[in-house]
Amino acid sequence: MKLLNLQRRMARAVMSPLTPSEGMQRVAPNGRRMRDVAAEFIKPNDRLTSFERLEIYNRQYWFRVLSAFAEDFPGLRAVLGDRRFDAVAKAYLIDSPSRTFTLRNLGSRLEGWLKKHPALAGSRHALAIDMVRLEWADIEAFDGQADAALKPEDLASANPSRLHLRLQPYIQLLDLRYPVDDLLLGVRKDEDTEFASNAFTERRKRKRVLAVAKLKPSAIFLAVHRLDESVYFRRLEREEFILLSKLREGKSLQRAIDLALRKSSIAMANRASNVQSWFHAWAALGWFCRP
Amino acid sequence: MPASRFNNFTDYGIGIGLRAPHYHHILTRKPVVDWFEIISENFMIDGGRPLRILDQILEQYKVVQHGVSMYFGSAERPNREHLRRLKDLVKRTKTPWLTDHLCWGSVDGRYTHDLLPMPYTFEAAKITAQKVREVRDFLEIPLAVENVSSYAEFHVSEMTEWEFLTEVVELADCGILLDVNNIYVSSQNHSFDPHAYLAGIPAERVAQIHIAGHSKYRKYILDTHDHPVIDPVWKLYADAIHRVGHTATLLEWDDSIPSFDEVHSEALKANQFLAAESLATAV
Repeated sequence: MKLLNLQRRMARAVMSPLTPSEGMQRVAPNGRRMRDVAAEFIKPNDRLTSFERLEIYNRQYWFRVLSAFAEDFPGLRAVLGDRRFDAVAKAYLIDSPSRTFTLRNLGSRLEGWLKKHPALAGSRHALAIDMVRLEWADIEAFDGQADAALKPEDLASANPSRLHLRLQPYIQLLDLRYPVDDLLLGVRKDEDTEFASNAFTERRKRKRVLAVAKLKPSAIFLAVHRLDESVYFRRLEREEFILLSKLREGKSLQRAIDLALRKSSIAMANRASNVQSWFHAWAALGWFCRP
Repeated sequence: MPASRFNNFTDYGIGIGLRAPHYHHILTRKPVVDWFEIISENFMIDGGRPLRILDQILEQYKVVQHGVSMYFGSAERPNREHLRRLKDLVKRTKTPWLTDHLCWGSVDGRYTHDLLPMPYTFEAAKITAQKVREVRDFLEIPLAVENVSSYAEFHVSEMTEWEFLTEVVELADCGILLDVNNIYVSSQNHSFDPHAYLAGIPAERVAQIHIAGHSKYRKYILDTHDHPVIDPVWKLYADAIHRVGHTATLLEWDDSIPSFDEVHSEALKANQFLAAESLATAV
């Protein structure tokens, strides 16, 4: 058997879903008995059959990817509950196995996938999507690129109509329907609480999720950013979100401000001072980098 | 071996794996450690805390890169994005040599994130060696391949594992990262003599040695890196040192990680074997 054929055959078996009792499936998708499939390319020994030897790798694969997925999406687990979360994780990883050398990217396609499979998240689909977006943004913000920060002298002779400000690549801008930022922070706090029993922690998490799920959806704007290498969630006004989004799209400073304030409810008299205070805060947080 | 072209003519002592639970201890207490081994993939990112920590470590310690997903034995070509990021990291760490596993783990662009065993065939050796050469030429740094623990063997194999390892490193003209725990684990799982393994490999190509703990189950042993090194593995290590000489040695501890001091003192047990070998060589 050629190397590529053998590797395709083994990968197919290793990445096949486990049974509910976490063993290897007895029957392959093509209807053949897995013990016959395994025996064709794996040697048995005096203690283990070919099936059992292959099963070690099948189990290792799923334990590894499920555990990495669960580590990345504790908020989604809280929203969906353990049983539904496990079903989503398995279905997603079957449909969308890792395609990069790092497990860090395992959840990169989850938002799009979950949107195509609304039934899996049940009545909390919209909340689940918001949570996935936030948790993925958190991963991106944690180790995203940071460029040299903008200095005052970079702006010395700048003309606002032609000035293009560049946002730090690690900053993630989100428009959400639920306050999942508070929910995720609460879930993390629950998980970090020492001395609390698992049952107590789970009850508290369920209460938190229920409280958010009951809320009427309303627009929330968020920047997921980094300060001293820690990730923070910062709520934004609608106008701030639009302005930052337009700057990221490459619009000039003047154009971005115009677009942000176009349908704004901020009183005319306050607009200039608001914009000034936003930029002051963003600059202090190091959100802009040199062009 | 001591300083050789496979470890860039360095003579490193006993190191331990750099792991997140120990960051604070290392950066605040600044313990004396010969060198740290990092998992390359953990730092092949664009920014953030991991790279800042790495830069702080690099200011004070020697670092060697160890990869887990180059998959030299996969039939497909190396991933260019992976190579580009790895080269960026090599420039950052100035690692004198670089290691990854003699295994496969991806096919048709899908990754298992596991160290899957090779079929010991001449075809596989040729493909693997070609890939090692390609990666080394791109990275412009000495490479060493590590023998993995395995739980399965293939009908198509045409040679023993140590013959396959030898075939690959000779064809690729690269070094060996000799994992004595992996030899022990596989010898138990496949019923071969681990000392025959040691006797069968080209000693002059051993650039580095790994030691670790494992977990024993009823019918097989798993390479879990979550226990101290057991006596039979230390004995095998002594045999390895006797055969290859005073060689850079690294303790891996990746799960249920105890305190820094506990990990470091476990690693330093290797000193008695290195000292005994130095003494034997001197007389």
